[in-house]
Amino acid sequence: MSDVVGYRRRRGVEAFMLAFAIILAMGGYVLIHLTQDARLPAEWPWALAILTAIALAVHVVIRWRIPYADPLILPLVMLLNGLGLAMIHRLDLGSAERMHSAELQLTWTAVAAACCIGVIIVLRDYRVLQRYTYTLFLFGMALLMLPLVPGLGLEKNGARIWIHVGHYSFQPAELAKLVLSVAFASYLVEKREVLALAGRRFLGIELPRPRDLGPILVMWFASLAVLIFQKDLGTSLLFFGLFVMMLFVATEKPSWAILGTLLFATGAYLGYLFFGHVQVRVSSWLNPFSNYDQNYQVINGQFGIAWGGAFGTGWGLGRPNLTPLAKTDFIAAAIGEELGIAGLAAVILLYGLIVARALRASLVAKDPFGKLLAAGLAFVFAIQVFAIIGGVTRLLPLTGLTTPFMSQGGSSLVANWVMVGLLLVITHQVRRPEAIAPEPEQWLGAETTQLIPVGAGAAARTASTASTASTASSPSAVEDASVPDSTPTGPVPVVGADDDEPTQQVEGGRP
Amino acid sequence: MNRPIRGVAVTAMVIFTALLVNLSYLYVGQQEYLNERPENRRVADARFAQDRGPIMVGNTPVAESTKVKDRYKFQRTYAQGKLYAPVTGYYSYLYRTTGLEASYSSQLSGQDDSQFLTRLVNSLSGATPRGATVETTLSAKAQKAAWDALDGRKGAVVAIDYRTGAVKALVTYPSYDPNDLATHDLTASTEAWKRLNADPDKPLANRATKEIYSPGSTFKLVTAAAALDSGLTKDSLVDASPYKLPGSTKVISGSCGGTKITLTQALMVSCNPAFARLGAKLGADALRAQAEKFGFGTKFLDEIGSAASVFPEDIDAAQTAMSAIGEFETQATPLQMAMVSAAIANGGVVMDPYLVDKVLDPELRVISTAHPQQQSVALSDSNAQDLQSMMVQVVQSGTGFRAQIPGVTVGGKTGTARTSADRNPYAWFTAWADDPSVAVCVFIEDAEIPATDIAGGKLAAPIAKAVIEALR
Repeated sequence: MSDVVGYRRRRGVEAFMLAFAIILAMGGYVLIHLTQDARLPAEWPWALAILTAIALAVHVVIRWRIPYADPLILPLVMLLNGLGLAMIHRLDLGSAERMHSAELQLTWTAVAAACCIGVIIVLRDYRVLQRYTYTLFLFGMALLMLPLVPGLGLEKNGARIWIHVGHYSFQPAELAKLVLSVAFASYLVEKREVLALAGRRFLGIELPRPRDLGPILVMWFASLAVLIFQKDLGTSLLFFGLFVMMLFVATEKPSWAILGTLLFATGAYLGYLFFGHVQVRVSSWLNPFSNYDQNYQVINGQFGIAWGGAFGTGWGLGRPNLTPLAKTDFIAAAIGEELGIAGLAAVILLYGLIVARALRASLVAKDPFGKLLAAGLAFVFAIQVFAIIGGVTRLLPLTGLTTPFMSQGGSSLVANWVMVGLLLVITHQVRRPEAIAPEPEQWLGAETTQLIPVGAGAAARTASTASTASTASSPSAVEDASVPDSTPTGPVPVVGADDDEPTQQVEGGRP
Repeated sequence: MNRPIRGVAVTAMVIFTALLVNLSYLYVGQQEYLNERPENRRVADARFAQDRGPIMVGNTPVAESTKVKDRYKFQRTYAQGKLYAPVTGYYSYLYRTTGLEASYSSQLSGQDDSQFLTRLVNSLSGATPRGATVETTLSAKAQKAAWDALDGRKGAVVAIDYRTGAVKALVTYPSYDPNDLATHDLTASTEAWKRLNADPDKPLANRATKEIYSPGSTFKLVTAAAALDSGLTKDSLVDASPYKLPGSTKVISGSCGGTKITLTQALMVSCNPAFARLGAKLGADALRAQAEKFGFGTKFLDEIGSAASVFPEDIDAAQTAMSAIGEFETQATPLQMAMVSAAIANGGVVMDPYLVDKVLDPELRVISTAHPQQQSVALSDSNAQDLQSMMVQVVQSGTGFRAQIPGVTVGGKTGTARTSADRNPYAWFTAWADDPSVAVCVFIEDAEIPATDIAGGKLAAPIAKAVIEALR
């Protein structure tokens, strides 16, 4: 006899946490006005209504289409997005001329959430993406190299990672990171067997076969091109790191990771030796006060965080406008100034939680494509947060990447919300009970009563659908579990699989 | 694939931990350094935006903060700015602070350790922190009298209560208006700064305490004190015949009323050959020792800063003789020359001069009070009395007659120092009165009178008289 605990949907928890996230963001917004002019802003009911509407729309679509999706991801994203909006609004108020970037950002949030909804509705089975491996790869590489096209690329703050069309500028790397994650995942799932073949051993490490080095060299050159011509270490690190990491996960060979790290380190060092702008970046990182005017932004970001201290000046009481580009690259410094080291640490942990939830989905996922994609998205997200917040806090040389969900900018918001859509879809596929997996269209939707497979041949599956603890204890069960291939012998109706009710523990039949 | 995915998870954990550790380091290890960087505008602005307490002269604030509606919240204003500029200094965003604004900055802004409790109570009760009040020792009447009596002539006036060392008047002319530098209009502030620095009359210079000048004949008081210390009395006869400088062809002469005159007579008529000869005989070391006992070589009034007065080192007999009559490289601040009179009037005891009497917290409780400090003993009480009566003679029937005040015993010494042929001489007068107990030094940088005239008596003595009368 074995006890089976299926994943609960926990949509009620999600709704509750969404409300909490909105309260925190609105709290910031209202506090800014209270501290700056001692009264509530006239527009606050509108702000509340729009934010709630966005959250509610995504939430309802999740309930409708992917009820088993991870309940934590959306509230985390709403919270980050809401805090970002409040901070952008605060920076609007603090600028010499009254600006309205926050309103624009709110509009973009709605658009981005709509894109996320689109992904959820259209792409409920993400595995269809596997059909477009090479198309997506080419598209992603093209996006990545787009800023190098003369007349289209735009150099901002020394980094050429923008393109501009008409009045709009756009960071193609944001979209490219998604597209390439998908492309890499699907390519590697196809080729993992071949790539995993061992070549010769060197210093106790099994090196890959030389003929398999092609793809990694292509990505290496692409990353170096980004570093040297786009002058951005962060973007370069992002894509090369993504590729090497996915290669490592797909082949399970640490040699790829070691080789990749060495290649990147060598490339970065050569870049430092031969290119002045890389040296400038490094010197402004290690020794910013050597040239105050040149490193004005980094230094002022640091001043802001130091000024905020442990608990910050409070919403609206700091001077984040003194730091150039506080709404985009340096929004983390603005958060650090007004919410303190503690507030910024909390924001970092929010990002960490998103990464953790995505990696968890990756661990539990049963199909290799889902595993690889979830891990890839989690990792690229982590690297991005690391690069930009690390740059702002002077852990790393500064990069021009955006702070996901917080930085002002439509392209970044849309790309990151689409990523959230993908993650939600993957987590849904991972967490839902297996009995309904073979033909999802049949089972999902209207049914409130779920079926849990019980009986002969279901042992492996029940283990894999159980809690994480059981998954961790028997990873092989998960590895081998593919889409169920046997018909359940005796479907047992589960009563009351409603929102916050724990899924009934079902007694499995003896084989 | 789960093993490598766990590896990725560990990597992610490591990089997030690195972010958090680095952030903590920024707070623990870097915050203080960053906040103290001179480029840090947040810190500079916050300090500039404090509600500072007033600087008082009597019951009148001469510097105070008034609420304004701009970024810096409080505008520092100076009523009678030019009059009190050498004392208050200025409180400027771009050009830092000087004077009492600088030396009492922590008290004025309420950030001093002594105000910790007040600060704590304020922060608990939510009250806006306010700074302490600094009460100066200055007398508004004496200050104004000195300013008016200078009447637009370049120079300085210092008055000290010789029993305590409290500074009663400290005037320098030309002066500047600290409001011009304290303004929140930074463009105007910059322009004022450039204009003041380019001005050939040097309005930013504090002639009373920070500039040193040849003291001329007023230095004969120091030589006389050294002579008395060597055993002479006020009635001792000294040789007043023309004095040929040793090793030189130059002869110092003067009409002193005879060739053998008393020391009193010599001081009364400011007899150059007598004092030059006396100085050479006493020697450089004795003169320097005497000068240092009066305060030469020491900086006073740390509140606003001062220059140390100088008696030259390594000099030959001729140079010693010249130095003894306040020429050559002997140089003194007007403050120092006031202190010489003060010490003589105070029975030989030099009191350490001070400018701040009390510091009061916003509830007017006393945070600190000045305690008069003895600086040194310049001469014995009996010698001081001798010198007092000699100085009274100077005023009653000598070069300082213009400082006479009916009913008040006034002792003084004039001085005229011609430093170069192509410029007007300095005019000096240093004096004391018995009631009020005050010592005054008047210095005029540009005495526009014929060189043969006794400029100190003619121009400076009436100013000293005005200041003493204002203090009665």
